Amino acid sequence: MAGSIPASAIASVVATAALPRRSVSPWAEAWRRFRRHRLAVIGLVVLCIMVLMVAFGPMLWKLSINDIDFSARLNTPSWAHPFGTDDLGQDIFARMLYGGRISLAVGVAAMLMAMLVGVTIGAIAGISRGAVDAALMWLTDLFLSLPQLPLLLILIYLFRDSLKQAFGPEVGVFILIVLVIGGFRWMPVARLVRAQFFSLREKEFVEAARALGASVPRQVYRHILPNSLGPVIVAGTIDVAAAIIAESTLSFLGLGFPPDIPTWGRILFDSKEYLDIAPHWAMFPGTAIFLAVLCINFVGDGLRDALDPRRVL
Amino acid sequence: MGNYLLRRLLIALPSLLGISVVLFTVLALAPGDPFSEMVQNPNVPPEVAANLRKQFGLDDPVWQRYFRWLFAMLQGDWGFSFISRIDVDKLILGRVPVTLAVIGASQILALLIALPVGVISAARPYSWFDRIASTFALIGFSLPTFFTGLLLILVFSIKLDWLPFVFRADISATGWEWWRQNILQAIMPVTVLGLLQGASWTRYVRSAVLDVIRLDYVTTARSKGLKERAVILKHVVRNALIPVVTLVALTMPLVFGGAIITEQIFRIPGIGSLLIDAILRNDTPVIMAVTFVFACLVILFNLIADLLYGWLDPRISYR
Repeated sequence: MAGSIPASAIASVVATAALPRRSVSPWAEAWRRFRRHRLAVIGLVVLCIMVLMVAFGPMLWKLSINDIDFSARLNTPSWAHPFGTDDLGQDIFARMLYGGRISLAVGVAAMLMAMLVGVTIGAIAGISRGAVDAALMWLTDLFLSLPQLPLLLILIYLFRDSLKQAFGPEVGVFILIVLVIGGFRWMPVARLVRAQFFSLREKEFVEAARALGASVPRQVYRHILPNSLGPVIVAGTIDVAAAIIAESTLSFLGLGFPPDIPTWGRILFDSKEYLDIAPHWAMFPGTAIFLAVLCINFVGDGLRDALDPRRVL
Repeated sequence: MGNYLLRRLLIALPSLLGISVVLFTVLALAPGDPFSEMVQNPNVPPEVAANLRKQFGLDDPVWQRYFRWLFAMLQGDWGFSFISRIDVDKLILGRVPVTLAVIGASQILALLIALPVGVISAARPYSWFDRIASTFALIGFSLPTFFTGLLLILVFSIKLDWLPFVFRADISATGWEWWRQNILQAIMPVTVLGLLQGASWTRYVRSAVLDVIRLDYVTTARSKGLKERAVILKHVVRNALIPVVTLVALTMPLVFGGAIITEQIFRIPGIGSLLIDAILRNDTPVIMAVTFVFACLVILFNLIADLLYGWLDPRISYR
């Protein structure tokens, strides 16, 4: 029975399907594997629709996000207000379209920040053994043992006002939240990249490059880094989901964006007190967060199958 | 083993010190302290405010304040909450049992879900059970706790009116009635935390069992003619659970983080809601102490994970 269970569900299917060999680029190959994961494809489609909606929706759905209309307080969904209205008579659909931009942008920006720091630190530690490696890993471990959520809350609370003054309410809070969330999520990436570097550094093709006289930066950029990116991309995808949840959590606790910037978490926070009379108000933003996170996780799952270096083929 | 434990504790000390320095610096750099509101209060003469600042040493350099705090902490004096007018250690001790009870119960629920589902999934990989379980695990893992919490409140408290949605620590009933009320009010928070943890652990249990089930000794056990059940339970699970135990210990800090949100939703008077209250009311000594307690818990559970790992897996030696 040893080794009889394939590392992924699609591996055996692909093995038979790929029999007539043609030369395919690695990305086309990965895309073909990704398409076999049905839920991942559905997730990708739903995610694309959500992104398109928040990107172009506010241009098409003309209702303002902060037009107060007390005659239409806490309305249930109707044709005029597809997602209903909140306690000030503001249109929830318009607010969600607008806030979704920020929720999703925070997720992506925080992921990019975590990736940048994580890959840099992991690569430096992985290529330069010895004292530098030990110091960087100690730093990584220290960050891992910081109590994250409490610190996140404290940092946001303490520095919100000064950044607001410096960059304006929207940009200031955005920068702060991205920096703080990204600053607490790079450690797993750094460890992953370091481990990849350790094993790739000794591979024959890197040795060959070294023998041909490639400098260390060239070995890293040209040979080691591209080959270590697969798991990093998967981790990055999952990180977007985690960052979206983190932002919503902060907003839900009242420590995220101010009320005039209606991210999904913020709408949920505002709706909490009206749960008994206006449940729709909480349902729509909550479902949006859940759907976005679920789709990203499915895409990440599909990417893991598509980019798994241990794939059976 | 004793030697190893001692050395690990000695390694943990600098980390704790490092964390406390980071925390203290962050809090000291930040604008605003407990007396900033008093300065704006017209009823407090400026001299009184200045005297109070002096008495508590708030105008000293940061490093002096840090060492004063550190030594006081080591002597068991955790400071005084300016807002609640009570010693910080009493405040925290009063809140800890509720948090521990809720977290403990939710972890047990999570294990009760994750272990059987994960093992059955891995025993028949890619069967319909496995596919459904994996999908549900991913869904459960993607549901943010604050949303599940609100959903449960909406369904079970507001629509059905079965469960209370405000957690009370001061239930006056005694005996069975006390237990009944406590269990009723704990059901929703425990479910929220337990489902989230259970979903993510199911994935780990499944992959841990899958890693082991392909090994040669399992094939040997099967070829000896053992029943599949015995092979799985006696040979596979025992070894597969080693990394899972470590993982459970390592995710405890995350669970405490998740408890902050759950406590906020259900208004549970635990240390998580204490922290949020303290942050919103600028109660620095309480923020510092609670965060430090969280940091100690992280390091403690890391240590427990390492010790358990060595104890469960004799191939790993303490050196």
